[in-house]
Amino acid sequence: MLTFILKRLGESFFVLLVMSLLVFTGVYAIGNPVDLLIAPEATAQDIEQVTRSLGLDKPLWEQYFYFLKQVLNGDLGRSFMFSTPAIELLLSRMPATMELALAAMFIATVLGIPLGLIAGLKADSWIGKTIMTVSILGFSLPTFWVGLVLIMFFAVELGWLPSSGRGPTSTLLGMPVSFLSWDGLKHLFLPALNLALFKLALIIRLTRAGTQEALLQDYVKYARAKGLRARRIIGVHVLKNIMIPIVTVIGLEFGSVIAFAIVTESIFAWPGMGKLLIDSINNLDRPVIVAYLCVIVVFFVVINLLVDLAYAFLDPRVRLGASAK
Amino acid sequence: MTQVTINAVESPSRKLWRSFRADRIALGGLIVLSLLVLAAIFAPWLVPQNPYDLAQLDILDGRLPPWSRSFDDKMLYWLGTDDQGRDMYSAIIYGMRISLGVGLVSTVGALIIGMTLGLTAAYLGGKTDSLIMRIVDIQLSFPTILIALILLAVFGQGLSKIIIALITVQWAYYARTVRSAALVEMGKEYIEAARCLNLSHRRIIFAHLLPNCMAPLIVVAAMQIAAAIALEATLSFLGLGLPITEPSLGLLISNGYAYLMSGKYWISFFPGLALLVMIVSINLVADRLRDILNPRLQK
Repeated sequence: MLTFILKRLGESFFVLLVMSLLVFTGVYAIGNPVDLLIAPEATAQDIEQVTRSLGLDKPLWEQYFYFLKQVLNGDLGRSFMFSTPAIELLLSRMPATMELALAAMFIATVLGIPLGLIAGLKADSWIGKTIMTVSILGFSLPTFWVGLVLIMFFAVELGWLPSSGRGPTSTLLGMPVSFLSWDGLKHLFLPALNLALFKLALIIRLTRAGTQEALLQDYVKYARAKGLRARRIIGVHVLKNIMIPIVTVIGLEFGSVIAFAIVTESIFAWPGMGKLLIDSINNLDRPVIVAYLCVIVVFFVVINLLVDLAYAFLDPRVRLGASAK
Repeated sequence: MTQVTINAVESPSRKLWRSFRADRIALGGLIVLSLLVLAAIFAPWLVPQNPYDLAQLDILDGRLPPWSRSFDDKMLYWLGTDDQGRDMYSAIIYGMRISLGVGLVSTVGALIIGMTLGLTAAYLGGKTDSLIMRIVDIQLSFPTILIALILLAVFGQGLSKIIIALITVQWAYYARTVRSAALVEMGKEYIEAARCLNLSHRRIIFAHLLPNCMAPLIVVAAMQIAAAIALEATLSFLGLGLPITEPSLGLLISNGYAYLMSGKYWISFFPGLALLVMIVSINLVADRLRDILNPRLQK
């Protein structure tokens, strides 16, 4: 087990190193932010001064080692546009993204599991088929276009819900949240629904497949033979047994929800990390781009490591197979 | 008599077609898809104006709702116009051309790279195999949109950049699919026979192994084209994909986004609808192919 953990840790470290190198060289090679920051009539001296103050006059490899050292100290440079430390800027946007992602997961779960159950129990009826057709659409529709249609319908045509921004926030445990006020909830609903659709389709399919499989098992037949009510069989015997894979997938998919939030945040002008990334790319605000990519890569490497370790812990074949090689 | 024996043995492609058309919905998807492809190929002959020839545009016709006549009363804009007076119908047909082209080129590129690496991994085994498959595993643990965004943020934008990004995010799917199919085939006798004949590795891999691994590859490729088109549209919508000179459907939708709030829905909505129809029809065809080619479902 120890060699397995060490091997995985080494691999994670390697991925981080490769990503930092790729991100740094690439991002620092695409454009000259000095051009953006300085007025066109600036003198050569001004330009040189700004270049030096940003550390852009040094050779790339020196900038990289400086950057690595700074990263290890938790300092990812200052945003060119906001003049605040990039990592602070990013962390200040994080609660908004987290709230959106959690709200999307919540919608996907509370709608997906019952709909999947119905689709599994009544697979051949019209309602089961309708649910499955909708879930196929959920897989096919591009997220950003669904977002536009939601805005078009609920915000422009009906005028029921706001189309952009986060609305008023209140503080919960030191973090700003939207869902505690009615107005904030109205702002949260459309983006969360938009982000939830893909995961909703996934959870519906998983629940349906699990339900259909569970219904054929002996314990369900036994429960029926015992004369239990259908509600109890489904609510206790079926649901409990299909929850394990569903909960696993919900956990696994959380990372991808954060990644897809980039699209949703851009459409609904939700002030999260994803919108910050897109704005920074458009403004060539390199420290912020680098900070975002570092944070998201670390985030994914940690998630993947935890999942691997959890699997190895639960299933001895995984770690035995790895050490046998 | 010989006639009868020839007819009794149905060629694989004919058999595929016979089982494919048994499903009405999939057949409908294929027909719609064929029409879209034909429209994309013959775009210049199908549309009333070249949407990117500025001489043909009239700014006076800007942002007209669907079913309006042009200012000089010569043309009917049945899907409306955008902010520069461009006929939306013409723009959509040209946009489909770019979207389909990018999807197709990136899929073929990823297929070739993924197939070669997957077959090499399966054939050579050992360290090569674990190295290639480890890279595949690591890559597949990141969402595709994130990898594509990182690449585009790092290397900048443009037509060739987005194709490279799409190839990079897709190749791993083909490598994994072809490797698992090839591992099964490797245990069979014809490979052993080919080895006994002392054929070159290249010949065994490409002439013997590959044709027998094609079925799952075709299915994955069909699904990946739809995914590639959707991803390209998303990236272009975010302003990170194609440049304004290569207006794909995603870029058209993004262009109309600014006018959505004032109720001018058609500039975004119709390109989105075209994108949707394209993706759904490809998925319908791919789903049917998967059902037919899946050996577990075959009689």
